[in-house]
Amino acid sequence: MIIYDFLYKFVFNITQSAAIGDITAMIISGALPLLILVLPFTLVAVWLERKVSAHMQDRLGPMRTGSHGWLQTVADLIKLLQKEDIVASDNDRPLFNLAPILVFAGSYLVFAALPFSSAYIGSNIDLGIIFIIAASGFVVAGILMAGWSSNNKYSLLGAMRSAAQIISYEIPTILVILTIIMITGTTNLRTLSEMQTGHFWNWMIFGGAGLSLSKFLFIPFMLIGFVILYISTLAEVNRTPFDIPEAESELVSGYHTEYSGMKFAMFFLAEYANMFAVSAIVSAIFFGGYQSPIGYLGNTLGLPWMIPIEQFLWFASKGVFFVLVQMWLRWTLPRLRVDQLMALCWKYLIPIAFVNLIIVGLITVL
Amino acid sequence: MSIYDIIFYLFATITLVSAFFVVTIRNIVYSAFFLLFTFFGVAGIYVILGADFVAMVQLIVYVGGILILILFGVMLTNKITNVQIKSGTSQVIPAAIGVGLFAGILTAALINTPWRKIDTSPLLPTTQGLGLMLISEYGVVFELLGILLLIALIGAASLARK
Repeated sequence: MIIYDFLYKFVFNITQSAAIGDITAMIISGALPLLILVLPFTLVAVWLERKVSAHMQDRLGPMRTGSHGWLQTVADLIKLLQKEDIVASDNDRPLFNLAPILVFAGSYLVFAALPFSSAYIGSNIDLGIIFIIAASGFVVAGILMAGWSSNNKYSLLGAMRSAAQIISYEIPTILVILTIIMITGTTNLRTLSEMQTGHFWNWMIFGGAGLSLSKFLFIPFMLIGFVILYISTLAEVNRTPFDIPEAESELVSGYHTEYSGMKFAMFFLAEYANMFAVSAIVSAIFFGGYQSPIGYLGNTLGLPWMIPIEQFLWFASKGVFFVLVQMWLRWTLPRLRVDQLMALCWKYLIPIAFVNLIIVGLITVL
Repeated sequence: MSIYDIIFYLFATITLVSAFFVVTIRNIVYSAFFLLFTFFGVAGIYVILGADFVAMVQLIVYVGGILILILFGVMLTNKITNVQIKSGTSQVIPAAIGVGLFAGILTAALINTPWRKIDTSPLLPTTQGLGLMLISEYGVVFELLGILLLIALIGAASLARK
């Protein structure tokens, strides 16, 4: 918001037009998360995934391009840029071209409501968390579009599995989020982060701010909620152990089998953006969002301008930490079968989340 | 012309153009995807009108739920079983009468409603007010609707079992 006001005033002073100032400030501040966070994060995370997987399997992973292969993703990106953009004659051309854009736009919509620091949130809407749930519908539609327009049975099956999985696992996600909404009484992610200010014992995972009996009663149920939320977000971004939509041994690579070059890169970017987004949501809900666990260096030194930067760094590192956990799980657990996947969601996660919701509600009434 | 006017016309154009294609295009998968943009445009108009909660629920229910179900149905029948489903025109005269009547009712409502002139005060979140109204003033109706949905759910499950 501070950044938006600054940009608006800057452009308004030059052009003396409110509309142009608004539009320019919107476009620039809307592109900031992409340029500052998503693109660099993807470059690092793709390399990190290969290194993490390699070290888990006692290999070295990429070593040739740059020191310990850190330039490998850049090299891959250049390779992808040069690749021919193949559209087979039986692909449905308009939908085939639109699908990667829709998938990426859907993933990037989520970033509009993420509280990066107290100085920057794309849109400080009252319904931030509900907006994030709503935005994931576009990703599902984009995935179905990609699968259908590819005119390929692997793609279609992958897209169907992916959509079914995302829709099913949305229910436990929403139930856990409802639990949090019930305790805090807000759906605004920035307010939610502000409520968890102070030290780490004020985080929602430790029962939220304040010192009362209910805080201690909440702790076990918050832990259950966190585990359910983490499992279902894993399934929503199609990560192992829930990666049956692109199970390599059955479906080549699922809904993006037919894509090459930069369109494939768009799907890849969307996947990694999604990974960060769900990790950031988990950290914003349970782990204080952008709040520091141990207090701010800016307060100690008396430099208030440092606090938003520190908050951004905390936010990014919490997100990256949960992405690392996702990678760790990916290279540890085997893939679930379709029936196991649905049984886990409908027979275990949803009932547990419901009971959790009711118990937390009773404690709130106390 | 302020930024809100520009955004309004953008959403209105998206809604109208995509809704036109939903009903005219022959390929049923295309019309399903155009429906996505219609829902998106309508949600945008709700936001401009200050109905933030309704807009979000519109996206969750229609884009995340109903549209995906439509796509599932269309794709499972269209591509996998090799049945070509095309939307066509039939029953032109009854349809024209129905649409004409509906348009007449809408126009009458449009003319007779005392429209509130726009005030420039910032839009306030509506969620809390809606929630309080749903559990106090409209509590019984809300519960009855819940029971209705439960009946529909059980009915659908028992039909699918046969």
